[in-house]
Amino acid sequence: MTMLTKAPPPPARFLDEDPDERPGAGPYPGVERLPARAGGRFTPYWLLLPGILWLLVFFLLPMVYQASTSVQTGSLEDGYRVTWHFATYWDALSTYWPQFLRSVLYAGSATVLCLLLGYPLAYLIAFRAGRWRGLVLVLVVAPFFTSFLIRTLAWKTILADGGPVVGALNALHVLDVTGWLGLTAGERVLATPLAVVCGLTYNFLPFMVLPLYTSLERIDGRLHEAAGDLYATPFTTFRRITLPLSMPGVVSGTLLTFIPAVGDYVNADLLGSTDTRMIGNVIQTQFLRVLDYPTAAALSFLLMAAILLVVTLYIRRAGTEDLV
Amino acid sequence: MALLHRLRRHLVVLAGLLTLGFLLLPNLVVTVFSFNDPKGRFNYTWQGFSADAWRDPCGVSGLCGSLAVSLQIALWATLGATVLGTMTAFALARYRFRARGAVNSLVFLPMAMPEAVMAASLLTLFLNLGAELGFWTILIAHVMFCLSFVVVAVKARVMSMDPRLEEAARDLYAGPAQTFLRVTLPIAAPGIGAGALLAFALSFDDFVITNFTAGSTVTFPMFVWGSAQRGTPVQINVVGTAMFALAVLVVLAGTAGANRRRKLRG
Repeated sequence: MTMLTKAPPPPARFLDEDPDERPGAGPYPGVERLPARAGGRFTPYWLLLPGILWLLVFFLLPMVYQASTSVQTGSLEDGYRVTWHFATYWDALSTYWPQFLRSVLYAGSATVLCLLLGYPLAYLIAFRAGRWRGLVLVLVVAPFFTSFLIRTLAWKTILADGGPVVGALNALHVLDVTGWLGLTAGERVLATPLAVVCGLTYNFLPFMVLPLYTSLERIDGRLHEAAGDLYATPFTTFRRITLPLSMPGVVSGTLLTFIPAVGDYVNADLLGSTDTRMIGNVIQTQFLRVLDYPTAAALSFLLMAAILLVVTLYIRRAGTEDLV
Repeated sequence: MALLHRLRRHLVVLAGLLTLGFLLLPNLVVTVFSFNDPKGRFNYTWQGFSADAWRDPCGVSGLCGSLAVSLQIALWATLGATVLGTMTAFALARYRFRARGAVNSLVFLPMAMPEAVMAASLLTLFLNLGAELGFWTILIAHVMFCLSFVVVAVKARVMSMDPRLEEAARDLYAGPAQTFLRVTLPIAAPGIGAGALLAFALSFDDFVITNFTAGSTVTFPMFVWGSAQRGTPVQINVVGTAMFALAVLVVLAGTAGANRRRKLRG
């Protein structure tokens, strides 16, 4: 067959030539994987070109522009010039460190809450839902179709002053505890850190539930039975079997929740007050209202660098193949 | 004691259902408040029943215009991201090449970057180039951040494909183009469809990146954001409720259709 003689030489080899490098080693072991379309050696590059070019020009290049803007000085009227003015970074950090700290704290709390709330739901869908599994999955995703801004505004109604939720929290003396922790002020929840953390938790919960569900669903049910046969209590089974096997889901869920939450400004804006401003709010106002581009670029670059650090650590451990 | 035991057994189910309730509560509120008759500019407290907003969803100036803009952008962004993303996914799933790790990382990073950071840097680029902010800059940005999600969806599907099917097609003397169009593409279609659907949903609902790149163009999420400052019309809830209901109906109809087809096939 001509197709075989045309098989492309390196560097464009097919995945199966090196089984170790075969991502997600296919579900059909032993079957030789032949090229679907035996193109030339440049076929993968032609396929990649438009998409990668788009990402290079509209994702990576802007980051470079951003970095250069952060070390420029000047004004809107006279224009900006690169002067390697690194003091902008120092000024930005010393002025806005409370917002940075707050972002990490709020996003961290929201991530922990998402994990605590999301795990039982993911577990329910994976092991207990039976024939309702499809429906519950649809219900987890369906809220996405109502604009998240509208849904976040609904929390203004739910957490309204003197409303049933705040009344119940008050009667149970929950607000006394959160007030002592500095999370709420008086008999209010709206415009306090608690409201912002609640909004973040709500908005990013599906990003925790779905990866958790994916990793739980892969667990062989017979492992649970085996553990039970060996006299493990349900709790031991969970601690020694289910939880360790679901760790990939926990890790990717944590990343997918924490990273967008730390840069979010919508929740802090709609549900918070001027005392709950996060770093995203600062970037947004600097860029769109104050028009202090170097400071805004420096802040945004700092946030990006912090996240790149986290992602790099993750890639070191997990490799790049399972990323996409 | 027996009751306590049963309660413990079902504790995880109870907790899971409570979380589901937490996820759905805002949608319930949005639906109920689409029938509100608010006094004043904001629709946050219940005043009385009224179906006026449902009778006249376009009654607020700018709302339906912004919906049309969002729909237009979402459709074009979906098309662009799906074509580019599918090509990238095929390259990643089928071939091994130099810089594979770099490409994987480049596709992953937009999903891992906070929207505010991407939006801010994109605005820096547009300002530096002197581009006029509006429809086209929004579209460029949307294709950029939707692309990665399409790659993920399509790649997963292509990787799990049975390679024997394509071999069979070739054994039956199908040419490369014929094999691709008649075998590979139909099998990859669900993945491409899922990616396209995701891209549409992401683009239609995007606020943060749009807010930075829109100039004076108003999409639906930007209309909602603006109204949160000036006064929220009930019609916003009508649109939110209708979209939710439509999505659930489409999914249910899709599952019902798939079930029927499975039954027909026996």
